[in-house]
Amino acid sequence: MVDLLATILVFLGIAFFFFGAIGLLRLPDLHSRLHALTKADNLGLGLVIVGVALFHGSLLVALKLLLIWLLALLGGAASAHLISQYALRRNHQ
Amino acid sequence: MMNMSLTMIPDLMLAVLLIGMAWAALSSDDLKRGVILFIAFGLLLAIVWARLQAPDLALAEAAIGAGLAGALLLVALRDETGGKVAAGEVSRSGRWLVDLFALTMTCLIGWVLWLTIYTEPVERLAPLAHAMLAQSGVSNPVTAVLLNYRAYDTLLELVVVLTAVLGVMVVGRERRGYRQAGPVFCGLVHWLVPLLIVTAGYLLWVGAHAPGGAFQAGATLAAAGILLRLAGEDAAGLPGGIRLRWLLVVGIGLFLIIGLGVTLSSGQVLQYPKAWSGALILVIESAATASIAAALVLAYRGGRPQGWLTAVDKENNREVSA
Repeated sequence: MVDLLATILVFLGIAFFFFGAIGLLRLPDLHSRLHALTKADNLGLGLVIVGVALFHGSLLVALKLLLIWLLALLGGAASAHLISQYALRRNHQ
Repeated sequence: MMNMSLTMIPDLMLAVLLIGMAWAALSSDDLKRGVILFIAFGLLLAIVWARLQAPDLALAEAAIGAGLAGALLLVALRDETGGKVAAGEVSRSGRWLVDLFALTMTCLIGWVLWLTIYTEPVERLAPLAHAMLAQSGVSNPVTAVLLNYRAYDTLLELVVVLTAVLGVMVVGRERRGYRQAGPVFCGLVHWLVPLLIVTAGYLLWVGAHAPGGAFQAGATLAAAGILLRLAGEDAAGLPGGIRLRWLLVVGIGLFLIIGLGVTLSSGQVLQYPKAWSGALILVIESAATASIAAALVLAYRGGRPQGWLTAVDKENNREVSA
C-alpha cells in the first residue's frame, strides 16, 4: 500500500518535470519559460522526494532528502530571480 | 533475462546521453554554450559513477569536475575573452591530429576495458585492500588506499596542486572582482556559506569510514569562497600576505613532515604506526583540505593577489624586465 503510494508520487513528480521541460522548450519568452521550469521542477522534486522517502521508510533518510529539497528550492528560486533580473536589466538598456 | 534487460534500459539511456552530451559540448561553436554543456556533462558523469557504485568518485566529479571546473571555465570565459568569442579556428592538419589522437586513445581504452572484463581473471587488489582494512586506521577502503596503502599518490597529488598554484601566480595579477551583489544573492550567500563550511567539515570527518575525503571537502570549501567572490567580496574569504602562503603549503608541508617522521622511525616509506594511523590520516587530510580549498579559490581569483610581491621581489622583477 505504501509502495503503491510512493510509486504514484514518484511518477507524479516525473510528470511535473516532464511538463516543466515542455514549457522550457515551447513557451515564447524567457520569463514565462523560467516560470514554467522553476515551478514545475520544485513541485516535481518535492513529490519525487516524498515518494523516495516513503520507499525508504527511514526518518534520517527522509530528513536528508528534505534538506536536499529545501536547498534545491533555495537555489532554484534565487537563480531564477537572478536570471530574470539580468534579462530585465539588459532589455532596458 | 527479460527482467535484467528491462532494468538496463535507464543505464543504457544514461550512457547514450553521456556520449551525446560530450559530443555536444565539444562540437559547440559558441564557447559559453560549450562550457554549460560541459557542466551538464560533469553532472551526468557523477550520476554514472553513482550507478557504478563508486560514490567517492561521484562526489569528486560533481564537486570538482562539474562544479569547480565549470566555475573556472566560466570565469576564464569572462576574464580572458571579454565575453564575446566564437570557438577558435583550428587548422585542418591540427584538427586531423586531434582526431587521430582521440581515435588512438579510444581504441587503447577500449582494448584495456576488453582485457579487464573478458580475459582470464587476474589477481585483483580489492580483496587485498579489504583484508588489510583493519590495520589502516580507517574503515573506508577508498581513503585507506589514498592515504595509507598508496599515500605517495596523494602526496604527489598535493605537489600537483601546489605546482598549479605556482602556475596561477606566474600568470599575472588577479582579475577584477565583482560589484556588490543585490539582496537576493547576498541572502543566498548568507545561507549557503555556513552550510558549505559545515558540509566540508562533515565530508572530511566522514571520509574515514564512508565516501568523502580531503578533495571533496576542499572543493566544497572552495565553493564557499567562490560564492563570496561572486557576491562582491574580492578576497573570496582568503587571508592575505604570509598567512595565505602558510595556508597554501600547510597540506603538503604537514604531509611531508609526518611522512618523513614515520619513515625515519619505522624504516619503511610512509608506513604509519598502526595505533596512530587513524589520527595521522585525519591530521593530514585536514591540512590538505585547507590547502586544496585555498589553491582552488586562488585559481578562481585568476592570479597573484594584491600585495603578494614584497618590495624586494618587485625590485628583482624590475631588474629582470629591464
